[in-house]
Amino acid sequence: MARRAVSAWANVPQGPPDPILGVTEKFKADPSPNKINLGVGAYRDGKGNPFVLPSVKKAEKQLVRAGANHEYLPITGLASFNKLAAELAYGKDSAPLKEGRLAITQSISGTGALRIAAAFLGRFYPESKTIYVPTPTWGNHIPLAKDSGLEVKHYKYFDKSTVGLDFEGMKADIEAAPEGSIIMLHACAHNPTGVDPTESQWKELSEIIKQKKHFPFFDMAYQGFASGDIVKDAFAVRYFVEQGHQLLLCQSFAKNLGLYGERVGAVSFVCADKEEKARVDSQLKIIIRPMYSNPPIHGARIVSAILGDEKLYNDWLSEVKKMADRIISMREKLYTNLVKLNTPGEWGHIKSQIGMFSFTGLTPEQVDKLAEKASIYMTRDGRISMAALNKKNIDYFAKAVSQAVKGEL
Amino acid sequence: MSHFTNFWASVPQGPPDPILGVSEAFAKDQSSNKINVGVGAYRDENGKPYVLESVSKAEDILHQKRSNKEYLPITGEADFVKLASELAYGKDCKALQDGRIAVSQSISGTGALRIATGFLSMFYSGPRVVYLPNPTWGNHIPVVEQTGMRVARYRYFDKKTVGLDFDGMKEDIKAAEQGSIILLHACAQNPTGIDPTQDQWKELCEITKAKKHLVLFDMAYQGFASGDIIRDAFAVRYFVEQGHQILLAQSFAKNLGLYGERIGTFSMVCTNKEEKDRIQSQVKRVIRPLYSSPPLHGAQLVATILGSPELYEQWLGEVKKMADRIIAMRERLYDLLVEFKTPGEWGHIKSQIGMFSFTGLTPEQVDALKDHAHVYMTRDGRISMAGLNEGNIQYFAESVSKAVKGELQSKSSL
Repeated sequence: MARRAVSAWANVPQGPPDPILGVTEKFKADPSPNKINLGVGAYRDGKGNPFVLPSVKKAEKQLVRAGANHEYLPITGLASFNKLAAELAYGKDSAPLKEGRLAITQSISGTGALRIAAAFLGRFYPESKTIYVPTPTWGNHIPLAKDSGLEVKHYKYFDKSTVGLDFEGMKADIEAAPEGSIIMLHACAHNPTGVDPTESQWKELSEIIKQKKHFPFFDMAYQGFASGDIVKDAFAVRYFVEQGHQLLLCQSFAKNLGLYGERVGAVSFVCADKEEKARVDSQLKIIIRPMYSNPPIHGARIVSAILGDEKLYNDWLSEVKKMADRIISMREKLYTNLVKLNTPGEWGHIKSQIGMFSFTGLTPEQVDKLAEKASIYMTRDGRISMAALNKKNIDYFAKAVSQAVKGEL
Repeated sequence: MSHFTNFWASVPQGPPDPILGVSEAFAKDQSSNKINVGVGAYRDENGKPYVLESVSKAEDILHQKRSNKEYLPITGEADFVKLASELAYGKDCKALQDGRIAVSQSISGTGALRIATGFLSMFYSGPRVVYLPNPTWGNHIPVVEQTGMRVARYRYFDKKTVGLDFDGMKEDIKAAEQGSIILLHACAQNPTGIDPTQDQWKELCEITKAKKHLVLFDMAYQGFASGDIIRDAFAVRYFVEQGHQILLAQSFAKNLGLYGERIGTFSMVCTNKEEKDRIQSQVKRVIRPLYSSPPLHGAQLVATILGSPELYEQWLGEVKKMADRIIAMRERLYDLLVEFKTPGEWGHIKSQIGMFSFTGLTPEQVDALKDHAHVYMTRDGRISMAGLNEGNIQYFAESVSKAVKGELQSKSSL
């Protein structure tokens, strides 16, 4: 049986491994009993195990008992989920919600929300086809924006010398951007740095963005995870809405509800009025339909069950606080260990950074050595997922990092 | 607080989806005898959504397992991917055994098609046009165009015979530029229900081979067409045997009743394992900026069923039952249309295959059925046979008969 004479795919080059998900692939292949995977942002409990939230287990049990069917959802997803997701992010009393002028659709977690948002902007945003992202940002933001027809530019964000926020640089770049530019903002727990603006800094940013009539594009993947308080973490989003910005918001339930693989998220647009919301809604459907027709039901049902039940909702609030608190305690412990080991450099940022990730400041060469010599895996930008650390491995980790910085690995 | 910007003022109102919009309109209708034969979702004899028992059992098994909710790899759940590809290609497919088929989990059939067109638009060096049959599933067109490629058509449906225009189909495929991308519905063509015979598939295989065309199969109804999963996969397996490096979009929405779980696969037959690895690395780059990784639940359900000899057998019986009920409705509808002395030839209702039937009703007749009889279908006259049952088929046949005779009007318009 003859095959094609010359394969259509003879010239397809080998693609590079994904900078984040490729780390897990390498980790899996490593036989060492001491190996640690600090690559992907997935929460681990104190024993280093994946964690399914008790409220999620309860909700799933209810669903199984109810024997729900597997019918198609509408293109924009489960209505009860959308309503509750919007209330969680914006607050029940938010004006756009009360006035029925928030266009919202369920999405394939945060990435899916971002992709729909970028596609919508690429098609309909009248002022510009350029999106400004912070330096650095989550890697996947860039191909996702480009594939949607947007040009990607950067604004200063991370200050290597202070290992903190370059607020003056950030303001200057946002101010310098042409009027009506799309500005992407991480709502809380910036990925990868863990460095967030303070509340008064957010207020300043709101003013500048208002003056320049920029479009705020919020990515909120960690509501509840940053401080342990869902209201506090939503401050920037809610403040901007109060101040009259017509923003868009991408929401993920991967981390705060531990629903990673179920792929649950939402994307929403603050519109001028109900009529505009209907128009935006109709165009969102047209974007989504050729991508995947309609979203998956299972995760949305779980979220809807939890957010819609007072007891489960309160259970969840304490569960997400517990996760955030364990991460904060790991930050404290890592800082203490690094200082004890006389590790050269300043390490206070480990404690001050927010959320799941920490930007260690390790160089790519040090990262490579840690993988090679100590079976410790992280992304090459030196980002670590604090959730991967626990009492059992934190001493080994701190020692290895200390050695790497001293050049002793 | 008033807005200082006015970004979305010029966003136009988009038209409702021609298929999903039908269900939206149906939902709003208050009439007690309303019928929805719009969306291709199976309904049982009582018009209710049908959850397969093998699926319910799998749900229980999963629930007992208490597995976690971690991210799947970009290309999906490994067990699921293996079992799904064995179902499509056959366990003893040489290409599969040689490890040279690149398979990824996808967001059901639509998602698989979108990965296909995304990959092709990035890496295919042949003509940037995808040939679709006339007519085809409406969503095929934007799935192609959204990635910047062009749509062309090949003749398919013959209005006069209400059958396959095979000569026209062959002519158009032959006339296409060498190396064109040809999309073929593997079985139970949507919307016509008209499939090539096995001999016709063999001819098509030769023609596409001679023109070095790249074949993309859309298989959304394996098991649903004839009730036999092997028979329904004939075209796919034959083309692979004959050396075509096909692309395949596979859906479990209908045959496992897992519509909303969004579970399917995208696969490509490659020259060898090395090429497969290269291609898979690039497929990941199509998927990652779309949605990072696929949803867990549906994949676990399908893997549980396909991986258990007992559940697998049970499922085969269930899919046959669904297919048989549809075939029975076809017979019944034909008999009723003849009984009501409906003008025209109606044999096609019986000979068409799968969930859909292309009735031949005009858009005006479709509108009349909606407005005056509360019967909902897509404007191309396509009906989902699964929406019919003993409880509503008489009323349906009666209404269609009246529509054809031009007797459907509201009293006020007389």
